[in-house]
Amino acid sequence: MDGVAGPQLRHAGLNLSDDPRELDEVESDVFGFWIFLMSDAVLFALLFAIYGTMLPATAGAPGPAREFKIGPAFIETMLLLTSSFTFGMASISLKRDPRPGRLVLWLGATLLLGLAFLAMEGHDFATMASDHATPDRSGFLSSFFVLVGMHGLHVTIGAIWTLVMLAQLAIFGRDRRVKVNLIRLSLFWHFLDIVWIAIFSVVYLQGLIH
Amino acid sequence: MTSPRLQRRETLTYVVGYALALPLTGAAFGLVYLRLLGGGHAFYTVLGLGLVQMMVHFRCFLHIDLKRSARADLQLILFSSLIIALMVGGTLVLLFNLRTRMI
Repeated sequence: MDGVAGPQLRHAGLNLSDDPRELDEVESDVFGFWIFLMSDAVLFALLFAIYGTMLPATAGAPGPAREFKIGPAFIETMLLLTSSFTFGMASISLKRDPRPGRLVLWLGATLLLGLAFLAMEGHDFATMASDHATPDRSGFLSSFFVLVGMHGLHVTIGAIWTLVMLAQLAIFGRDRRVKVNLIRLSLFWHFLDIVWIAIFSVVYLQGLIH
Repeated sequence: MTSPRLQRRETLTYVVGYALALPLTGAAFGLVYLRLLGGGHAFYTVLGLGLVQMMVHFRCFLHIDLKRSARADLQLILFSSLIIALMVGGTLVLLFNLRTRMI
């Protein structure tokens, strides 16, 4: 432990207390989740690799320059980035603010931003489908929908998980397991935002460069 | 250190992360939207900005740093990155090579 600098933030800022003994226990609980996240990162990385090799395989179907819209992609990016920040605030409320209101408020804000992101992404997909850009048209579109859809699926699961955590907070209060689960959810949510950075850089912006 | 001061520092970490991520995102989108750079230059600049933003997120939101308390996580992330680089790099090299041979 860094005695001079005081207790350090660990894992999304959520050391449950400033007592070092409790920290070690939580750390091993959370490290397993880090391993899951990294295996998930490998899955996404290989979907990116497939997307890269499929870029020229448009087979006469609409390509990236025609289907991608920079405006919605930017708003989706902002929604997800802001939701990552609000989850950070939720983490701090969990640690520092014993009153339940603030934590629920920040978690609710995160959930709403996540749902807004999903709604916009769904709208994008529907627009593409109405333009006959469906996954069955070309290798490019298949890999696009698998990659971006997989991220959307993760965000959906994250939103459901947030709902479950809100219910657990209401029923059990802040017992230790609820707190550790909230730490895991915060890691998951911040991780999904990092994957989205790769998606808007490699998929959307790359497809729109002239 | 007193609890309010710690809390301020913790909050500041997230605020700094958000404040750094916003201009990085804005720069990447602005670059493409305003067509400031073309072709390869734009692509690599966007990739570079994305990489920097990922590091900001890891540092400020996930609290991965060089301190001993985050060392195990950092090593796990670096090793996963190595595996990812090998698998993605290998896939791209092989399949691009295959494509040029088939033309």
